[in-house]
Amino acid sequence: MITHQDSMHILLADDDEDDRTFFSEAIQELKMNNKLTLFKDGNDLMDYLVLPETKLPHVLFLDLNMPGKTGIDCLKEIRANARFKDVSIAIYSTSSSEKDIEDTFIEGANIYIKKPNDFSKLKKVIKEVVNMNWQFHTSGLNIETFFFSI
Amino acid sequence: MKLNFNYDGNIACKALLQEHLEKFDIKYQLLDLGQIEIDDAVTEDVLSELQIQLAKYGIQIINHPKGQLIQKIKDAIIEIVYHKDKFPNITISQYLSDKLNFRYGYITNVFSEYTFTSIENFIIIQKIERAKKLIIEEKLTLTEISHELNYSSVAYLSTQFKKVTGLTPSMFKRIVSKKRELSNID
Repeated sequence: MITHQDSMHILLADDDEDDRTFFSEAIQELKMNNKLTLFKDGNDLMDYLVLPETKLPHVLFLDLNMPGKTGIDCLKEIRANARFKDVSIAIYSTSSSEKDIEDTFIEGANIYIKKPNDFSKLKKVIKEVVNMNWQFHTSGLNIETFFFSI
Repeated sequence: MKLNFNYDGNIACKALLQEHLEKFDIKYQLLDLGQIEIDDAVTEDVLSELQIQLAKYGIQIINHPKGQLIQKIKDAIIEIVYHKDKFPNITISQYLSDKLNFRYGYITNVFSEYTFTSIENFIIIQKIERAKKLIIEEKLTLTEISHELNYSSVAYLSTQFKKVTGLTPSMFKRIVSKKRELSNID
């Protein structure tokens, strides 16, 4: 049986303020209801996630290069905790090498985004990612084999 | 020790529902996939308690009539993708409008409005999901999988797989097996 949810809960951890702003703007243009929470780095994000009262998001966007805990550090910590097994993790990276993509998926990422260099492309990519993720969460698809590289 | 499982989500879900309905002493009749007829005498309190219990298993009671229609559309599509031999010579659009008793145009509009994707796209996602399962099972070759899923060629399946996942089928297979190795060591 498939669950029906009305609103998508999205988290973003990125240390670049401009990138956070672009991301918020892209999300605001989505047609679906959503709630976005922003974090300025990996430590901030992990402090929030470990709180027992934290409501789990549908998808978490992780920038790779952040001071303190990097995106990969966060990814590994999150995937080591069974509580977060249903959260999709999207990695933001400038690398497009197959090896890097493969390695992140093996570590437990579901989505790999090669950072586009202009804003309109970024918006398009984010929309596609959120949409694809939504299908996974509302259609009973297997999150363990959910990979989406864009 | 590592155990591999094969399971049928529908059977598991039915069994769970039956157990819970009996626990609450609710008279019921299982209808089509995802639908149950229950005694009208059941109080709101009992229903909301049932809802809380079922939520633990990711089962939600849908009150929205269009939500129910969308669920039926999804179920019908999944049935076709998984049992194509039962539906010879019928287009999906014809099948959906016959089964659900609505014009196909209405069905596609409702579907797109609430799921943020088209029926065509949903079918592709489901077919690729099944392709993933078959690739992991390793019983069929990619060519056989393409026949099973009604693709005209293996090249077409690979192209669509790449479009939906961003990966080639072989890269997908490698990732899944390495991921399993890793979780096994931990």
